[in-house]
Amino acid sequence: MKTLLEIEGVSKSFGSVIANEDISLTVREGEILALLGENGAGKSTLVKAVFGLVKPDTGTIKINGTVMESGDTAAAIASGVGMVHQHFQLVPVMSVTENMILGDEPKKFGVVNIKQAKKEALALSEKYGLEVDPDAIIEDLPVGMAQRVEILKALRRDVKLLILDEPTAVLTPQETDELLEVLRNLAKRGVGILFITHKLREVMAVADRIAVLRGGKLMGTTTPKESSESKLAQMMVGREVVLRVEKSVAKPKEVLLSIKNLRVNDDRKLESVRDLSLEVHAGEILGIAGVEGNGQRELVEAICSMRSRLSGEVVVKGKAIPNLNPRAAHLAGVSHIPEDREKHGLVTSYSIADNLVLNRFDQAPFANGWIRNLEEVASNGEALVEKFDIRAPNASLSAGSLSGGNKQKVVVARELSQQLDVVVAAQPTRGVDVGSIEFIHNQLIAARDAGAAVLLVSAELDEILSLADRIAVISNGKIVAIFSSKEADRNTIGRLMAGLAS
Amino acid sequence: MKLRTSHYLIIAFLAAFTYFYSKDGLVATSVLYTAIQFALPLALAAMVGVMCERTGVVNIGIEGTMLISAFTAFFAGAILKNTVQGMLVGVFTGAMMGLLLALMAVNWKMDQIIAGVIINILAAGITSFYYRQNYSIPSTLDPIDLPVIGAWPILGPVLSFHGPITYFGIFFILGLWFALYKTSWGLRSRAVGEHPSSADTAGVSVSRLRYLNVTAAGAVGGLAGSYLALEAVGIFERGFTAGKGFTALAIMIFGRWNPLGALAAALFFGLTQAVTNQLMIDEVVEIPPQFINMLPYILTIVVLAISAGKVRPPAAEGIPYEKEKS
Ligand SMILES: Nc1ncnc2c1ncn2[C@@H]1O[C@H](COP(=O)(O)OP(=O)(O)OP(=O)(O)O)[C@@H](O)[C@H]1O
Ligand SMILES: [Mg+2]
Repeated sequence: MKTLLEIEGVSKSFGSVIANEDISLTVREGEILALLGENGAGKSTLVKAVFGLVKPDTGTIKINGTVMESGDTAAAIASGVGMVHQHFQLVPVMSVTENMILGDEPKKFGVVNIKQAKKEALALSEKYGLEVDPDAIIEDLPVGMAQRVEILKALRRDVKLLILDEPTAVLTPQETDELLEVLRNLAKRGVGILFITHKLREVMAVADRIAVLRGGKLMGTTTPKESSESKLAQMMVGREVVLRVEKSVAKPKEVLLSIKNLRVNDDRKLESVRDLSLEVHAGEILGIAGVEGNGQRELVEAICSMRSRLSGEVVVKGKAIPNLNPRAAHLAGVSHIPEDREKHGLVTSYSIADNLVLNRFDQAPFANGWIRNLEEVASNGEALVEKFDIRAPNASLSAGSLSGGNKQKVVVARELSQQLDVVVAAQPTRGVDVGSIEFIHNQLIAARDAGAAVLLVSAELDEILSLADRIAVISNGKIVAIFSSKEADRNTIGRLMAGLAS
Repeated sequence: MKLRTSHYLIIAFLAAFTYFYSKDGLVATSVLYTAIQFALPLALAAMVGVMCERTGVVNIGIEGTMLISAFTAFFAGAILKNTVQGMLVGVFTGAMMGLLLALMAVNWKMDQIIAGVIINILAAGITSFYYRQNYSIPSTLDPIDLPVIGAWPILGPVLSFHGPITYFGIFFILGLWFALYKTSWGLRSRAVGEHPSSADTAGVSVSRLRYLNVTAAGAVGGLAGSYLALEAVGIFERGFTAGKGFTALAIMIFGRWNPLGALAAALFFGLTQAVTNQLMIDEVVEIPPQFINMLPYILTIVVLAISAGKVRPPAAEGIPYEKEKS
């Protein structure tokens, strides 16, 4: 098979951070190359260089034998490169259709033919099994849906080399399987694929070859046959990683979080949490299993008082949380790891240190009355960067310059480093590397053991099964069953999630 | 809110029209005719803002662009003894001002407010330094007597007999609306103004589009300046634009960055001014003229206060695009 992409000696630094160091890689036609590496290893930087979004300091990139001018995205597109971006490149105020056609619009007499575009969007969504509403506005969509749009957008153009930067982080297991199938078919047709993921299972399932980056350097390439999940993990992190969660038996105590007859609307003003009641005890992790879009997001936002409740109560430590007052929820002891770290977790233009005190910047010791205590903020920042292994040269850099997984770690660090009563964790390990998943899981268990009530929402059934002490299945805005972790059975839960009676 | 703007307009319009018509039909039509004349430069100037801000570039240099274009249009017209050539010079001057703004904002990634201030200061300086008395243009641009429409009752004399820039301007605004919402240029421009990295990753060159739009917008500003000097009054004075370029920004916001919304808002402003003028002439109200001259500014403040907090500007406006920061 012909070589499609040649990366030769590419290096790139951002200030003092060396993101890529002398990397050489090739992708052949019809080949699926998986790119693995810890958060901040330089994966995104490398593929962005291929797509002309980052100008390498040295090195060349050849596509089909032609040297690409660095930093020329249009040229990369013209030579058949398509990319699914880790940070969605979607215009928030525009519709799904408009986003999909941007840059390559179907036209009739110079006018955008939006009808045809819509038809195309629907056909595409059907063809690849990724359901989207072509008229929906991007900013109203949950991340899973936005991810589908981002993928379809890349598939719409006839690509020869497809780059996917963590496309599966927010997809449901079924969607992931379908996407992997799509990738296989594309590869059969000769498309070269460069696929970034943190999920080793996916790598083992589809990759022809695997390249591992660590600290900006290429550690080597291997194949699924020659390696195993634990070997890959070790290659990425440089130490042994426990892929299975180890925890003691929970010792649940009094109820800390109780939700009574909660009803909440989603963004389209449809009732998506319907008369839901739930109790979480101190010292336990309650996992919410469900297919995304069954009210999890609205439930979490209503608990944290970020979304208006139609009726019902959220009670923390015996005190009802007022409606639409996130600060009151925080002060009552609710820690929140939001599912969308970019939108609700971080102010990307602020420093890492400021982001780490975002919910308590005005409280001692980070402030004396009205005056902020910047020294304390800085030292807290450095300490948490150290403790949570956030890969950044120092905490005074902007949070926006962090890699995706490290952004997530900043949010986790902030929320788990305070007095813990109730922890609401929505997709806490989304986009996080295996080493950090282990770390975050251990932190959640530690929070539980310290007496916190942990509510874990995750689209990963595996995560729920391995972490939760009790598992509540949500379907259509209602809790349809609750299991203890001993009774929990994958198939039963899967059927319940899909809305079938068990 | 787009609706609201037009509602205000219709109510104000009907009230004013009924009032004047009940007194004298001729006066009523002349008030409306003047309203269009007052509105046009504001509407065109607001289009400059719309075109720039929709692609993410803040332009507070509209005032300066209009001023210097009115200046060059007038003196070129006077020296060449040709009003039409003067207008072309005015439009060209405006385009050059746009190009200058694009250079500062896109290439040099300067703070766009400062870039706009520079243009305003530059224009004020040049136009007063080189200002000469005793020049005159051969004639203002000839008004056009519209066939058919001109013969309509009531509306005929309101719509007919405006100058060429007025008619062109109105068609331009309608065309801009269509282009902005229906063509790929519009889709791309709006994407660049909202989320430039999305456009970039779709293969749309952010800087090229910003250059194009800001320069073209400058030309429109030049046309607005030419209108004032060559079509509306036929003279040039120091500080001739009298804040219209700033009022235009308020009109753009009131019109929600939508060309039609801004046109409606401009007509509303124009009507208010025409009505007040007529009331003064009729001596219905006795207000010192200074207060009348304050009217556009007061109205601007009121309008901004009404729409503040409810409008949503293009998300990326004022932010230079840097590729590797996305
Ligand atoms: N625009 C930027 N400015 C400054 N530093 C940057 C920038 N982009 C990336 N970096 C740094 O370069 C390093 C590599 O980042 P990159 O995004 O390539 O990591 P990654 O492997 O994709 O990680 P993740 O799995 O978390 O997405 C990180 O340390 C990051 O902080
Ligand atoms: Mg990345």
